[in-house]
Amino acid sequence: MLNVKDVFVAYGQSQALHGISFEANRNETVAIMGRNGMGKTTLFKSLIGVLPLKSGSIEVAGNAVHKDESYKRVAKGIAYVPQGRMIFPTLTVEENIQTGLENAKVKKVPEEIYALFPVLWDMRRRKGGNLSGGQQQQLAIARALVTDPKVLLLDEPTEGIQPSIIKDIAKALNEIRKLREITIVVSEQVLSFAMDVADRLFVIEGGRLVHESTRAETDTARIKQFLSV
Amino acid sequence: MSFDEIYNIALMQGFAGLSLFSVLLLMGLGLAIIFGQMGVINMAHGEFMTIGAYTIFMFSSLTETYAPGLMQAYFPVAILAAFVIAFGFGWLTEWALIRHLYKRPLDTLLATWGLSLGMQQVFRSTFGPKEVSPTLPDWLMGSWSPSEGLDIPINGLFVLALTLLVTGGVLLALYKSRWGLRVRATVANRAMANATGINTKRTDRLTYAIGCGIAGVAGAAFTTIGSTGPTSGSLYIVDAFLVVTFGGAGSLLGTVASAFGIAQTQSISEFFMTGSMAKVLTLLLIVTILMIRPQGLFASKIRR
Repeated sequence: MLNVKDVFVAYGQSQALHGISFEANRNETVAIMGRNGMGKTTLFKSLIGVLPLKSGSIEVAGNAVHKDESYKRVAKGIAYVPQGRMIFPTLTVEENIQTGLENAKVKKVPEEIYALFPVLWDMRRRKGGNLSGGQQQQLAIARALVTDPKVLLLDEPTEGIQPSIIKDIAKALNEIRKLREITIVVSEQVLSFAMDVADRLFVIEGGRLVHESTRAETDTARIKQFLSV
Repeated sequence: MSFDEIYNIALMQGFAGLSLFSVLLLMGLGLAIIFGQMGVINMAHGEFMTIGAYTIFMFSSLTETYAPGLMQAYFPVAILAAFVIAFGFGWLTEWALIRHLYKRPLDTLLATWGLSLGMQQVFRSTFGPKEVSPTLPDWLMGSWSPSEGLDIPINGLFVLALTLLVTGGVLLALYKSRWGLRVRATVANRAMANATGINTKRTDRLTYAIGCGIAGVAGAAFTTIGSTGPTSGSLYIVDAFLVVTFGGAGSLLGTVASAFGIAQTQSISEFFMTGSMAKVLTLLLIVTILMIRPQGLFASKIRR
C-alpha cells in the first residue's frame, strides 16, 4: 500500500536521511523505532510533504505522491498525525475535525469518530487549545481519520502522554485497523507501545533503517539496546 | 448655547463619526483578514478602495448618459459591481505579484507600495487629476430630523447600514462557511492545514481577493460622503492600519471596536479643536493604550 524507495532528505548541506526504503501492506501496522535525532520526524515530514525529498520516490496504492504538495497527498490517501499533535488551538474540537473533511462529500463529522473517541463528543464545542495533551492526541488522530486515508502516519503519538492514556491510544489504533483495514505507520520510542500495535518493527539510526523484524520474531533486548543512549 | 443645542450637536458630530467609522471599518476589515492570514501588509489597499469609488462614478455617468430613467436604481447594482471589480483585480494581483513574495514580508510592503503608486497614476491618466463625484439617487439625499435642530444625513445612515451588513456577512462567513474554516485553520498553522487536505494557496488567493472586494465596497460607501480623486484611498490607508493594529491583529471584533473608538474620538474632538489637534489627541491616546496593551484591544484567550 505504501511504498517508500531510496528516500534522501537534506536540510541545506546536511543530509538527514540516507536512502530509506520500506514497504507497508494493507491492514498492517509498521513501527519505526529510534532515539531522538535519528530521523523519525524527518522521515514522516517528508512522507506527508512538509519537507521536500532530495531524491527517491513514495507511492500510495500505486500512485506516485512525492512530487505533490501535502494537500494533494491527503487526497491520494495519506493522513498525518504530527509530533506534538499540532491541532488548531483557536478552532473548536468539532471544527478541528471538520478541517479533515475537505475531500468528503458530506461536511459533517461521521458518528463513528465520536464512537471511537467519546471524549471528543463531550468537548466538541471547546477550543482545541484548551484540551489536555491526551485529548489533543485523540483529536489529531480523529482529524486525520476523517480524510478516509489508505495510509495513516503517526509521529510519536505517545510523547508526553500519561501511561493509562497510552494504553487507550494503542487500543484505538488497533480498533481503527480492524474497522478500516488500512496501513498504519507509527514512529515510537516506547517499545511496549510498539509491541502492542505493530506487526513489523524497523529501527532507524543516523538516517538509515538498520534493523527489521516481525513482532513474533522481535528480540526485545536487541531493540532496547538500539533505543538506549 | 442651550443644553439642547449642545446635545444635538454632540449627537450629529457623533453621527459624523459613525460615517468615518463605517469607511475605516470596511477598510480595516479587509486589511485585517489579509494580514491575519498571510502576514501581508497591503499598502495598495487604499487603491482598491479607490477602484470601488471610481466604479460607482462610472456607473453613475453611464446611467446618466444612457438610461436616465434608472438613476434611482443604479446604486445597489453599482455597489455589487464595486465588490466584483475590486475582487477581480485583487485576484489578479495576488496571482501575478503577491504570491511570489509570501516568504519575504518586507518585500511585499515595498511591492504593494509600488503597486499603489502605479495604480494612482493609472487613475490619474484614466479619470484625470480632478476629484469627481457620482450623481447620487434622490433617496440618498437630504436628512432625517427626529426632533427640532437635529439632522441626521440619510447617506450616513445608508453607509452605516451597508457596513453593518458587510461586517456581519464577513463574520458569518468566517465562522460558518467552509472558506472561513479554511482561513482559520491556515491562520492557526499553515503547514498543518495543508497536511489535513486544505489547498492553502487557493485559500490565500480567495482571501486576498475578498479583502480587496471589501475595500471596493468601502470605496462605494465613501462616494456618498466625499468626492473621489486618484489619491483618495491613500488618505485612509494610515488610519486603516491604525485600526488593525489597535484592535489586535487577528481579532475582527477588535477591529470593529477600534474603528469605532478611533472614528468617534477623531470626530467628536474635531468639533472642539482644530482637525490637526484632534488627530494629535487620537494618536496620543492610541500610542498610550498600545504601550500598556501591545497585543491590541482584543486578543483571543487560549492556551498556547
